[in-house]
Amino acid sequence: MRVNGAVESLDVQPWVSLLDALRDRLGVTGPKKGCDQGACGACTVLADGVRINACLALAVQYDGREITTVEGLASGEELHPLQAAFIRHDGLQCGYCTPGQLCSAVAMLAEHRAGMPSAVTERSGELTEAEIRERMSGNLCRCGAYNGIVDAIRDVAAQEAR
Amino acid sequence: MKPFAYVKPADVAGAVRAVSGEPGAKFLGGGTNLVDLMREGVERPDTVVDVTGLPLDTIDELPGGGLRIGALVRNGTLTADERVRARYPVLSQALLAGASAQLRNMATVGGNLLQRTRCPYFYDHAAACNKREPGGGCDALGGLNRSHAVLGVSGSCIAAHPSDMCVALAALDAVIEVESVRGTRRIPMTGFHRLPGDTPEIETELAPDELVTAVELPSAPFAARSRYRKVRDRASYAFALVSVAAALEVRDGAVTAVRLALGGVGAKPWRAHEAERILLGGPAGEESFTRAAEAELAGADVRPGNAFKVHLARATVVATLRELNTGEGTA
Ligand SMILES: Cc1cc2nc3c(=O)[nH]c(=O)nc-3n(C[C@H](O)[C@H](O)[C@H](O)COP(=O)(O)OP(=O)(O)OC[C@H]3O[C@@H](n4cnc5c(N)ncnc54)[C@H](O)[C@@H]3O)c2cc1C
Ligand code: SF4
Ligand code: FES
Ligand code: FES
Repeated sequence: MRVNGAVESLDVQPWVSLLDALRDRLGVTGPKKGCDQGACGACTVLADGVRINACLALAVQYDGREITTVEGLASGEELHPLQAAFIRHDGLQCGYCTPGQLCSAVAMLAEHRAGMPSAVTERSGELTEAEIRERMSGNLCRCGAYNGIVDAIRDVAAQEAR
Repeated sequence: MKPFAYVKPADVAGAVRAVSGEPGAKFLGGGTNLVDLMREGVERPDTVVDVTGLPLDTIDELPGGGLRIGALVRNGTLTADERVRARYPVLSQALLAGASAQLRNMATVGGNLLQRTRCPYFYDHAAACNKREPGGGCDALGGLNRSHAVLGVSGSCIAAHPSDMCVALAALDAVIEVESVRGTRRIPMTGFHRLPGDTPEIETELAPDELVTAVELPSAPFAARSRYRKVRDRASYAFALVSVAAALEVRDGAVTAVRLALGGVGAKPWRAHEAERILLGGPAGEESFTRAAEAELAGADVRPGNAFKVHLARATVVATLRELNTGEGTA
């Protein structure tokens, strides 16, 4: 598979999760193991741009796919706009959930642009606070940095709209 | 996780051959339920047959105005399909009410149909659970049963069926298309899941070697006016305590078509036939909505932890029908 643009070839047993393959085999430790059961979002990565929980994915199922983790969001030394906004708006405290939040937010903005509905709006409308909270509900933050996270995402969504 | 062999067939024939005569084989869709249960040691397959390479990921028009949804269509894709949103909004809403965006991107329609209960004792090897170990007993009967079912339960198991999607499919009279080495057959959604009886480990009519290939939605013009309501402990990302899928057509104050199904309260996705019978042809209004809900719930078998669900279900049915009747908040 390709991980953050680099081709990686590895032999894994079929029961190894994508999360463990990334962290333990490839040393890509951005995605975190929070619950290991799909309930927290700390392990969120992008598979061909689509956000998934790497803890419930078997690595073998993603053979040949393009995986992006938080390490792959910046271009060189330049932070991704969402990374910069998380810093500006204090979108983190301990930082454990942040790699998952960032990957999730990148894909969430793309889903919204593509017209994906949510439980808040059946038509993809403006990204209100309620809308962002619903669309980001798969990412928990034990430190409760939600206000900063929502502000950061709104900020980037507004920049994109300009 | 117990080690297993992994195969990824490229066509349906190869997939059904791979499980034929192999009782230890299991299909793998998005993995969001099976991988979790394998990690917990509740599921212990010898062979995992990954079906995500099969060409069953399209949504197609059926002659006569229905839709055929491939078993590998991802839950997220289904929520966004314009035809589903316009013709069967209850289905899109039910899916959007479940899990998280990440999980919906992974989960398949086939896997959602076959997902297993979230009864905490089912996951806990220290607890007695007839579903996990037949004959072992059921710790939920006298234990924590706030999340458990009140309709269709037995003395062996009171687990609630967890799926939101299935409640909408039960209301829409969906038909499940399945295939095995013996050929293809079609099972109505309302008869797809089984009540626990004294074999709670057998959850559906699907034989272990049968693959779900598609879900068919029959044409249902009145379903353009349909709604899914879910009540849960958190605003998002939690299973239903109670949910309602409903479609309602009213002409001159009388109910001319109605479909009603309940989630969170049933041992299986619960089609409310009795309530529909009372509503059809009668006046649309608070009194008849309440009477219908009460009749459906009359057979509820409650425990101390989940007795509240009867009132909550009645109120949610009435509120959903009222909303469809007055047009408030419908798309
Ligand atoms: C944290 C969390 C929260 C959740 N919240 C909700 C919620 O609020 N509402 C809700 O409805 N669901 C919820 N879910 C459950 C989720 O919807 C299911 O896990 C998902 O739909 C299963 O689909 P899958 O493709 O990942 O199935 P898999 O895990 O791949 O498979 C599940 C089962 O289906 C079988 N199977 C898969 N495909 C086929 C096929 N084509 N033919 C025959 N058998 C097949 C497998 O053998 C397995 O037994 C939640 C899950 C998690 C982890
Ligand atoms: S309710 Fe069903 S799943 Fe839960 S412990 Fe009892 S037998 Fe097991
Ligand atoms: S570690 Fe994957 S969702 Fe929590
Ligand atoms: S910043 Fe600590 S968990 Fe989110």
